[in-house]
Amino acid sequence: MKIRAQVAMVLNLDKCIGCHTCSITCKNVWTSRDGVEYAWFNNVETKPGIGYPKEWENQSKWKGGWQRNAKGKLEPRQGGKLRILANIFANPNLPAIDDYYEPFTYDYEHLQNAPEMQTPPTARPISVLTGKKMDKIEWGPNWEDDLGGEFSKRSKDQLFKDIEKEMYSTFENTFIMYLPRLCEHCLNPACVASCPSGSIYKREDDGIVLVDQDKCRGWRMCISGCPYKKIYYNWDSGKAEKCTFCYPRIESGQPTVCSESCVGRIRYLGVLLYDADQIEAAASVANEQDLYEAQLKIFLDPNLPSVIEEARKQGISDSWLDAAKRSPVYKMAVEWKVAFPLHPEYRTLPMVWYIPPLSPIQAAAERGVLGRNGILPDVKELRIPVKYLANLLTAGDEKPVLSALDKMLAMRAYMRSKTVDKVDNLEVLKQVGLTQAQVDDMYQIMAIANYEDRFVIPSSHKEVVEDSFNEKGSCGFTFGNGCSTGVSSGTLFGKKKEGSIIFVEMPKSRKKSTQEE
Amino acid sequence: MDYLQYFIFGIYPYIALTIFLLGSLVRFEREQYTWRSESTQMIHRGQLRLGSNLFHIGIIGVFLGHLGGLLTPMVVWQALGVTHEAKQILAMTAGGILGGLGIIGLLILLYRRFSNERLAAMTPMRDKVLLLWLLVTLGLGLLTIPLSMAHLNGDMMVMFMEWAQRIVTFRGDAAPFVIGSPLVFQLHIFFGMTFFIIFPFTRMVHVWSGFASVTYLGRAWQLVRPRA
Repeated sequence: MKIRAQVAMVLNLDKCIGCHTCSITCKNVWTSRDGVEYAWFNNVETKPGIGYPKEWENQSKWKGGWQRNAKGKLEPRQGGKLRILANIFANPNLPAIDDYYEPFTYDYEHLQNAPEMQTPPTARPISVLTGKKMDKIEWGPNWEDDLGGEFSKRSKDQLFKDIEKEMYSTFENTFIMYLPRLCEHCLNPACVASCPSGSIYKREDDGIVLVDQDKCRGWRMCISGCPYKKIYYNWDSGKAEKCTFCYPRIESGQPTVCSESCVGRIRYLGVLLYDADQIEAAASVANEQDLYEAQLKIFLDPNLPSVIEEARKQGISDSWLDAAKRSPVYKMAVEWKVAFPLHPEYRTLPMVWYIPPLSPIQAAAERGVLGRNGILPDVKELRIPVKYLANLLTAGDEKPVLSALDKMLAMRAYMRSKTVDKVDNLEVLKQVGLTQAQVDDMYQIMAIANYEDRFVIPSSHKEVVEDSFNEKGSCGFTFGNGCSTGVSSGTLFGKKKEGSIIFVEMPKSRKKSTQEE
Repeated sequence: MDYLQYFIFGIYPYIALTIFLLGSLVRFEREQYTWRSESTQMIHRGQLRLGSNLFHIGIIGVFLGHLGGLLTPMVVWQALGVTHEAKQILAMTAGGILGGLGIIGLLILLYRRFSNERLAAMTPMRDKVLLLWLLVTLGLGLLTIPLSMAHLNGDMMVMFMEWAQRIVTFRGDAAPFVIGSPLVFQLHIFFGMTFFIIFPFTRMVHVWSGFASVTYLGRAWQLVRPRA
């Protein structure tokens, strides 16, 4: 048994209000730079919709993730190592920038410089790629926000698989949910496997998947390899970039920026212990619908003395083992089974999990009578089809999703009778197989969601691997070359761009062409 | 003129090779963040798939052909029983086909790059110089083929082999083997050597990594780094 620890995340979609605060704070911290204006390490999609980049879930189009071959072995869907190398001159599965959107800024200066005129001046969009004015912005990272666009286009959404989707096109039957997305920091990442130069790696101590900016050569196989399309090509630096899980914050015990800034308190961070020797077997099970259970099985119970003893022996520190015991992620994913991996059928064993959203009880509202499943409302009558959620979270298997939704309804029913009727409704708990203590804990963590309950992050123990005295006065976060930013002025290998960041101010080279127009 | 030719074919190769090797080394060591292929595929695909594959297959073939053809010692060819005539025909045919593929690919890539507004706007000067240099070098190389048709006995080819082998074995008397050859050959060699000087300052460094990426075939799928 090879025990490893990972800081994993759970997002409670039941509470996501789609405010994009996570995306904005992430953008400000990580991708407000040349070449990644179009990249959102965290973005929020409105479902149903085709998402960002367009149709990212359509793997027959993009060939992301893994597939199981006839021999029962896994290989990237885009091909084995020879095929990947053969595609190195031109990657046939690479999304184009228009599949994300053409990055743009606005001609803000015109608002101040325009001569006196009868109509107020406007700030026209300017393409960051060409520096020229754009006629029209065609697409953006949240173009389908709050069900924007026609149903015929949005309904290309892959989650409608095996669903009669036409009935959801009418206003009365429509449904909506938000899906915030970031890198899944998978246990079996397809991006790592796809990289010919071996620049992407998973950190052993906390499971964060990173791109070594020095070693990346821009072969761009990771971009097509990742089924979540969460690796982005920086067209300015020529390197792949991705969500870093805010590792400098995680290392010091702080939550990621997206989690910290979440208004709805939907994000949770905690330690999961797992057996790394079982990863390959778990990702290779024959039936796609067994992948969720297979992944659950490789997580280790942090309360078992045998696990603790073995983990200590393998060098995992007590502070991490203690955090694992209190991990909200372990509770929601493994103990209560209310959180699920995103698209387990990609066989990447993702480590950012989601609690499915409840929704108004549609049929009941029409009939004026609530459907009942025992003493609980029937979750099958929820406005969001359970099959839709199952296609997102369990490869189409409805049972685990139904059970999670039942538990959440039971928690509500129990708390309602406790606070309103002043009685402990134990009947409702029996039906979903929860104890009173568990529901109290669930309520505390999922409903109240205090800061210290949401984020149980042990700080990393750098002191055991390096002499921190040497770090004194050194540079902070950089892209590569130690303290060098990669291009310094006066180097023969390329000049540093003048001006600061393209998004607020175009580099002078491209600004010139704007002014000439 | 004589002095210039002695310089270009006797001394300049060493300058070029030194800049090529040291430049690559310094860049790899000091500024590895700038070491990349500078792919523009995501900005505009266009005819990239056709052009890039043709170009790369052609140019890599031509490169390996030059390497093997010029530097394999004469005794090896003799042992293999390959006559000078046969080797020249082989070089002209293989070089013609691969060089032809390469130049067709390069023309497609140039068209793609400069017919698209976005790509044209973001192509830096060093790329323009590089692509033009490659085009001229390739073109000159292909122009030598009709010249070679005139004398198929392989004697001139042997002179070039002699020149290259004397250069890489530091014998100091290599230049005269080239000086008597037609101008197209001399220009081709000059442009070819200068290409090695441009190499470390452009995206060409990705060639090193391209060859190194073959190690991917023997690698495990997953990479886990212990904390350091």
